[in-house]
Amino acid sequence: MADRERRMTPPYGGVFVARTTVMDAAQVQRALTRIGHEIIERNQGLEDVVLVALQTGGVEVSQLIARILFEIEGVDVPLGTLDVALYRDDIGLRPVMPEAETDIQTDLGGKIVVLVDDVLFTGRTIRAALDALTDFGRPRAVQLAVVIDRGHRELPIRPDFVGKNLPTRRDEVVDVNAEGVLLGEMRK
Amino acid sequence: MKHLVDLKDIGEQGIQELLHLTDRFAEVCQRPIPKVPALRGRTVAMVFFEDSTRTRMSFDLAAKRLSADVLDFPTHASSLSKGETLRDTVETIGALGVDALVIRHGVGGLPSEIAHEVGEYISVINAGDGLNAHPTQGLLDAYTLCQHFNGSAGPEASLAGVHIGIIGDVRHSRVARSDVDVYTKLGATVTVVAPQSLQPSDVDKWPVEVAENLDEVLPKFDVVGLLRIQTERMDDSSALPVTDYVERYGITEARATTLKDDVVITHPGPVNRGIEIADSVLDGRPNVLVSKQVMNGVALRMAVLFRLLGSGIEIE
Repeated sequence: MADRERRMTPPYGGVFVARTTVMDAAQVQRALTRIGHEIIERNQGLEDVVLVALQTGGVEVSQLIARILFEIEGVDVPLGTLDVALYRDDIGLRPVMPEAETDIQTDLGGKIVVLVDDVLFTGRTIRAALDALTDFGRPRAVQLAVVIDRGHRELPIRPDFVGKNLPTRRDEVVDVNAEGVLLGEMRK
Repeated sequence: MKHLVDLKDIGEQGIQELLHLTDRFAEVCQRPIPKVPALRGRTVAMVFFEDSTRTRMSFDLAAKRLSADVLDFPTHASSLSKGETLRDTVETIGALGVDALVIRHGVGGLPSEIAHEVGEYISVINAGDGLNAHPTQGLLDAYTLCQHFNGSAGPEASLAGVHIGIIGDVRHSRVARSDVDVYTKLGATVTVVAPQSLQPSDVDKWPVEVAENLDEVLPKFDVVGLLRIQTERMDDSSALPVTDYVERYGITEARATTLKDDVVITHPGPVNRGIEIADSVLDGRPNVLVSKQVMNGVALRMAVLFRLLGSGIEIE
């Protein structure tokens, strides 16, 4: 699961205890395959498409999507990673550290950037990511792909590609990992 | 700890964390727009009682790349010259709403005293105090070496197995003191090379080997850390005529032939060309990291400023 989300979700820290399995690995794979087709359909191919994964939860997902895109179109889309800690709006309000690597080798000017994350929640991470992207050039378009949209948005941000819409309580925690998607909560 | 006054206050792990954070900011410095909004609304005051070009510019740029505001405190033209005490001056700076004080002063230990007085609401960063310490220089030197040997600092930066010679005016060098602190904490072997008159009086308590004859030890070094000859800090008793110094301790062309082929050369700058090192060696050899040190200085100081003012996590 995104460490980021774990720390954003009160009570901070603690141990994740799963209550239910929302999707298994095969279901995640099918959802990502559909997202792959949707990305290709929306952009009429993969020309100029760049995947930028949000650290840390989006990285594995972006690699899975990149493999699917290659299987469908035979194209290797450029992959990047982005840590948005230094762009967050809650610096000074809670501990914030840029703990994972930002690695964007492509000039994003004129490109179609597909941001990839595991879970879309308040939208604040995506807001920070949109700011960060502008420091790497001016993309022609930015789109957002997530495995889970769990609601509770605090900003006018919406995803373009969604694996599954999952109604949650605010204090619940969604964990996306190689085995699938779990819903549970943090316990001290 | 919300200050950076002396590396003696920080353990190995605290140093490793700062160096790893520097990896992140080194990447920021490579971006098309090398600036992040992390410290918007924070103010950093630069209080330099001693001349400084590089350190000051480096801190200035670091703060600006974090979007902090920078206040320059003109120590020559200030009310200090009207008789205001340093303590009152610092209180005034604090009342202006400054979040951090980057201070350089000729008196060793002064930043630490100021940290005690105003430390509750202002972070104090030592940019060099007397002969005592220059922590950010020590950290950036260590970072530069880790980057050279391993590509980056990584989460567990180490200089184990690296033999570092620190050569020159060790007695008058706060850089040497901070370098020794950080290098030895990261596991390096350090040999200090200086004539008796330029060795610190308490050098026997340092965790280093001491040598007077450079030619005996030079071929063993993986890193040659040169220091600037600081004529402004020398009294006549310790001074060594420049020609004698060059003959015994300068990295001349002849002496450079005895160096290991892949030896790394560092110098905190500004370099006295022809004294600490010959022009042809400085400009001709590979692995002279002087400009890397300057580049990394900005990233390292961004890491320090962000860690103290933004992260919400104190240095341990």
